[in-house]
Amino acid sequence: MNDMTSRTPDSDMVLEVENLSLEFADRDKVTYALDAVSFSVGEGEIVSLVGESGCGKSVTAMTIMGLLPKHGARVTSGSALLRGRDLLHTSEREMRRIRGDRIGMIFQDPMTSLNPVHTVGMQVSETIRKHRRVSRGAAEKRALEMLDLVRIPDAASRLRAYPHELSGGMRQRVMIAMALACDPELLIADEPTTALDVTVQAQVLDLIADLRRDIGMSVILITHDLGVVAGVADRMMVMYAGRIVEQGPTEKLFADPAHGYTAGLMRSLPGVNARMHDELREIPGSVPRLDRKIEGCVFAPRCEFSSETCLAPLPQAQERAQGHWTRCIHADAVRQAMSDNDIVRAWA
Amino acid sequence: MSVYDQVSANRGRHGGRISAAASYLPANPATAICFGVLLLFALMAVFAPLIAGDPVKIDPAQRLTGPSASAYWGRDHLGRDVFARAVYGSRMSLLVGFSVAAIATVFGVAIGIYAGMSRIGGAIAMRLVDAMMAIPAILLAIAFAALMDAGILTVIIAISIPEIPRMVRLVRSVVLGVQQQPYVAAAISIGTGGLPLVWRHILPNTLGPVLVQATYACASAIITSAVLSFLGVGTSPEVPSWGGMMADARSFFRIHPELMVYPGVLLSLLVLVVNVLGDRLSDALDPRKMVRGSV
Repeated sequence: MNDMTSRTPDSDMVLEVENLSLEFADRDKVTYALDAVSFSVGEGEIVSLVGESGCGKSVTAMTIMGLLPKHGARVTSGSALLRGRDLLHTSEREMRRIRGDRIGMIFQDPMTSLNPVHTVGMQVSETIRKHRRVSRGAAEKRALEMLDLVRIPDAASRLRAYPHELSGGMRQRVMIAMALACDPELLIADEPTTALDVTVQAQVLDLIADLRRDIGMSVILITHDLGVVAGVADRMMVMYAGRIVEQGPTEKLFADPAHGYTAGLMRSLPGVNARMHDELREIPGSVPRLDRKIEGCVFAPRCEFSSETCLAPLPQAQERAQGHWTRCIHADAVRQAMSDNDIVRAWA
Repeated sequence: MSVYDQVSANRGRHGGRISAAASYLPANPATAICFGVLLLFALMAVFAPLIAGDPVKIDPAQRLTGPSASAYWGRDHLGRDVFARAVYGSRMSLLVGFSVAAIATVFGVAIGIYAGMSRIGGAIAMRLVDAMMAIPAILLAIAFAALMDAGILTVIIAISIPEIPRMVRLVRSVVLGVQQQPYVAAAISIGTGGLPLVWRHILPNTLGPVLVQATYACASAIITSAVLSFLGVGTSPEVPSWGGMMADARSFFRIHPELMVYPGVLLSLLVLVVNVLGDRLSDALDPRKMVRGSV
């Protein structure tokens, strides 16, 4: 078992993903999109999935939600337990009851995530009327409360606005209102701030963090932005090429990165003290093709710390500290190579 | 008017898409004119008995006489009132045009959405559509008209059948596109699925292109019905129709070209107006474009 969270099943976990592997099968080629992904989300916790485009963050979220097309995507192993119930073996009919009611989801692009032909109020009410037996009026009243909750000014008149009449930040708030209208236990936010301005980004993240506290829900925050993670996440999982390569409490990972990829990401950030002509350090090479199974460390070909042993069958995940797991066998070397400056500026 | 004025003016108008579209249509003079002309045609068809005399009465003594107080546009080779026949002919054209558009839309949208949503059913439906589109529409219409009893219903059905595959193909392609839209994923993520998903999220977003296709179906049905009348299939010759009038006028074109011109001009005008309105309407129904001042 190369399972990172090898503790016993924990009853106060909202979501436990265990050893999830998934492949996309085309007519003549197979893409191994997820390989033994394991993580859990505790009560009221904000957990972040970090990684670059194509690393499998969104696929993980879509798999949990059951949103991947039935043909083509194939789960080859693992489970995703929502309070002990395996979402991967739940009928579509049951999933429709769970989506929107117990798990809410918000998407990357607020400009296109709302249906252009319906008013905002109608779209928020739709969630409520779908899952609660309430009258149209009661649903509308709840929709109004939700718009207030997500801090939309002048919510009463916005109920009758069409999506195109709202700004991007406002639309993302509407999306959040839709996703949370039925008080879900879990919110999956797939790059919720990527399409927004930096200032609006901060507002939306604050909103999510506050709502987490007020409503007591758990959040999976998917992002490629380490700054976003540092700001709100309790724990983070670093994904690369379909695997979680390192996970642990956010401050631990920033203070003590123990995987070549995590270290590379942090060093490629510009720090607060960066000068005009300082060069950003990039990670050489590019993401591996996933059309065949990779036995060893997926990052080894790009890793400055890699050795022969990295290419041998997958190194076991090791626990460096309480809850901090890495798949890197050269974790100590990675940590030593990081200057304090690198660490500090990654935090900034 | 500045952009901001338009936005704030627009804000007061949340009373549904149809009324918003309707209040927005006459903003453009060309649209208003086309709308007016179509309205005139409709009034002409409805109030034909009040406007014109008897379109079927034969009066051989007055054959091919010029305009007079009793027949404003003269009389044809059987002495029938050309003006009356032209006025009554609008009934046939409008009825066939709009019925075909409605039938093609209802069936085309239903089959098209099914074809877009279901992989296997869709593949079968699309092969049938391909097969039907391989046969020229006019031939298919003639064949159907010949198989069934002559009458306006036969003409409507015969013209509708070749129109449906076009609508199916369009709707399917639009549905395939709409399915990829993030708002559909968002709707699924709040637990919507099955028919409510189709009804609330997919169908309304296919409306624009469907409406344009429906107007084209209407326009082409008007032409096809005229062609069928011209060829003498479909309705019986004494029923006034523009196509029939042109067929009758063909033999006398050298000496009385106006007999051909009257129905020809009316036919062209109606088809033009319907086509222009189709384009305008598709813009008007898009809530994103309502903010802009003119279409």
